[in-house]
Amino acid sequence: MPPRIRIIAIFICIFLLAYVFELVRRKHLNEEYSLGWLVTGSLMLILSISEDLLIWISDLVGATLFTSTLFFSGLVFLMIICLHFSIRISALTNQVRTLTQHLGILDYEKRTLESVVVQNSLAKNPSVLEKL
Amino acid sequence: MNKLYREKHSNALHADPVALEPSPEESTPSSVITPSLIGFPNTLIVIPAYNEEKNIGKVLEGIRRCAPEIPVLVINDGSRDATPKISRECGAKVISLPFNSGYGVALQTGFIFALKNGYTTVLQMDADGQHDPRYIVDMLQEIQNENLDVVIGSRFLGNNGYKTTFLKRLGMFIFGNLASLFCGQKVSDPTSGFQALKGKAIQFVAGEYYPPDYPDADFIIMLHRFGFKTREIPVIMHPSPDNKSMHSGKTIYYVFKMFLSIIVTLLRQKPKGF
Repeated sequence: MPPRIRIIAIFICIFLLAYVFELVRRKHLNEEYSLGWLVTGSLMLILSISEDLLIWISDLVGATLFTSTLFFSGLVFLMIICLHFSIRISALTNQVRTLTQHLGILDYEKRTLESVVVQNSLAKNPSVLEKL
Repeated sequence: MNKLYREKHSNALHADPVALEPSPEESTPSSVITPSLIGFPNTLIVIPAYNEEKNIGKVLEGIRRCAPEIPVLVINDGSRDATPKISRECGAKVISLPFNSGYGVALQTGFIFALKNGYTTVLQMDADGQHDPRYIVDMLQEIQNENLDVVIGSRFLGNNGYKTTFLKRLGMFIFGNLASLFCGQKVSDPTSGFQALKGKAIQFVAGEYYPPDYPDADFIIMLHRFGFKTREIPVIMHPSPDNKSMHSGKTIYYVFKMFLSIIVTLLRQKPKGF
């Protein structure tokens, strides 16, 4: 692999790892969601540094260019991360749906109870009506 | 008593569908033999509504005339207009969702409410006036008297002259035939939202297996796979006054979702408890 692309790849991976750590430190990214990025960044960094490993994987997948192997690996990791996010979004959507439904029902029950309490208060003490 | 109610309304059921105005003697609630307390106990009518201020009043008025004692629950699906206000004024219970969540989610909310409050029969209908309230008694009688779990009002059974666009007819034809094939019985109207459900079918709709977006042919196949007994009866449906559909603008997604949902429904094993 040409040294220039290797240096650029190493810099990008180090920047990605440092940025993810910083996001977690500032509480802008949950630890749960940082895992995929940290694993991806670390593996890409290892591939960029270790030429032997890159050659072995290139032979394995039949790639003629080492840079293709690097991009291909990055693409596979991103696909895994996107799928993971889709699963999480589906779970969150279902949770929001359930919360929405129960919130609506609870709001209805609250309004019904309020009207019952007001009616009972009026029945016991009609002077409340004058205050209202 | 219920028979008397039916006989009293039998002329209205076959009258001009547009002529929903009651005759003077019918307009007095005390003159009508009310069905819910006699023949239809623990029954709830669920209507999901989104920005239906123009139609919801007429729909609730129609229900009040045809089935005055059956409680009506309107699920206000994040409407920005006067839908909840009009519904309350017409005597309906109103559950308001904090934001627009879609037809299936709103409908499922009604079933969760029904399950929580001990209703054993639920009739669902649309808020846009497509479903003729004069068939409510027909549907409830069918589900009460027969050994059925779900009764579906079909606009294509009998000669009711329902007209729609070519694309909609094509979709209904394809999904209707698929549903008929997998259910082993004729499904003439796979997109009908005019349905009555009872017992465990209510539990099923309120549960996790219900498809919350566009429950149509996949829902009917699901019911069959889960062992529920369904039957279609002829009803009259009117064209939507605003000419809008819940699938508007999302036709491609609807077709994709329906095919995918049917396939995974067929691959899914029947869960325990049904």
